[in-house]
Amino acid sequence: MDLPKPRGPLSERVLGTLASGRSGGIGPLAALPAPETGDDAALTLWCLYELSYRGFEDVDDRLEWDPTLIAVRRDLEDDLERRLRASWSGRPSYEGDFAEAFFASVETHEGPSLARYVQREATADQVMELVQARSIYHLKESDPVAFTVPRLPTGPRAALMELQYDEYGAGRPERLHAHLFATGMTALGLDPAEGAYLDQAPLPVLEQNNTMSLFGLHRRLRGASLGHLAAFEATSSGPCRRMSQGLARLDLAPQMQAYYDEHVQADAVHEQLAVRLICGPLIEAEPELEDDVWLGAFSCLDLEDRVAEHYLDRWGVTA
Amino acid sequence: MSGPSTPGTPDVVICPGGPLLLRGDHLVRDEDGVEHATTRPISAVCRCGKSATKPWCDGNHKAIPEKLRP
Repeated sequence: MDLPKPRGPLSERVLGTLASGRSGGIGPLAALPAPETGDDAALTLWCLYELSYRGFEDVDDRLEWDPTLIAVRRDLEDDLERRLRASWSGRPSYEGDFAEAFFASVETHEGPSLARYVQREATADQVMELVQARSIYHLKESDPVAFTVPRLPTGPRAALMELQYDEYGAGRPERLHAHLFATGMTALGLDPAEGAYLDQAPLPVLEQNNTMSLFGLHRRLRGASLGHLAAFEATSSGPCRRMSQGLARLDLAPQMQAYYDEHVQADAVHEQLAVRLICGPLIEAEPELEDDVWLGAFSCLDLEDRVAEHYLDRWGVTA
Repeated sequence: MSGPSTPGTPDVVICPGGPLLLRGDHLVRDEDGVEHATTRPISAVCRCGKSATKPWCDGNHKAIPEKLRP
């Protein structure tokens, strides 16, 4: 993909460095401009993370592990993690089974729902705008948590691979979920190239995506990565059914309806795997990770609320 | 639930209040005698009767009051 447009002094300097191919151009860390806005910081971090996924055209792949850029990334990550922990409401107290407590906690979470709006009221233009925003994650669907696989004890590692095998199409590229989304985008007349809509992605979308990378790329945060996965899967089947119904109501792209229909069933399986066979056994094996599992779950739900608030507010919808 | 040290892993897992997980390739015959082949590494078979995609679970058990779930 191409580098996006900078959103402030920090992203301007860092993206310029990426384009130049030499981190020498970035100068001493102490002299780096502070991020001017949340957008400036989040876009910079998103681009540094992209070096660990599929990278940018015309950017030297070696810069992924450039010590200066890693130091920049580290500062931005520390700030993001600090904010995630500060917003977290804390681990709920419960008696008995983790799985039941987890499902109950997710079910009682109340936030604004974009899927419900799409199902009943959204215009085609609003759906197109939402699909563009969702593409930032869905075109790398399941990739962040793939980094977590080698960092797990035996049982959760096998179970996560079983889930990921399904996400990645069980050996069939045409069933790989990110590819299904790309196919749906094409059918909607959108550009399915990664990063095509990065310039339009608002701050909450970038933060949502950065959080998954943060959790996935740090072994220390493997509990948060899996808690995030579990909450994501446990809040997916119903909303995906509503998205599909909204697309059908507007008579839009059957291929994108198929993407969401696939997720109704896939995620009804995945939520059980993620909660009962991945997070539960992880906590049994490594009890010290339980707080982070709940942190990851909370972050998933909270960041989605912010994305929903952003779009509903932008479209003038009163909750 | 399989723990890290559990020898052998069940191929059928009953989820309290939710579906029955089925690992591997199977043919499932529904109430009407229609056979459905599994299509994914693990499938979730509806146990609550409320799924719109029977015989597969679609998460609809969550819409049922907790006491009435399977």
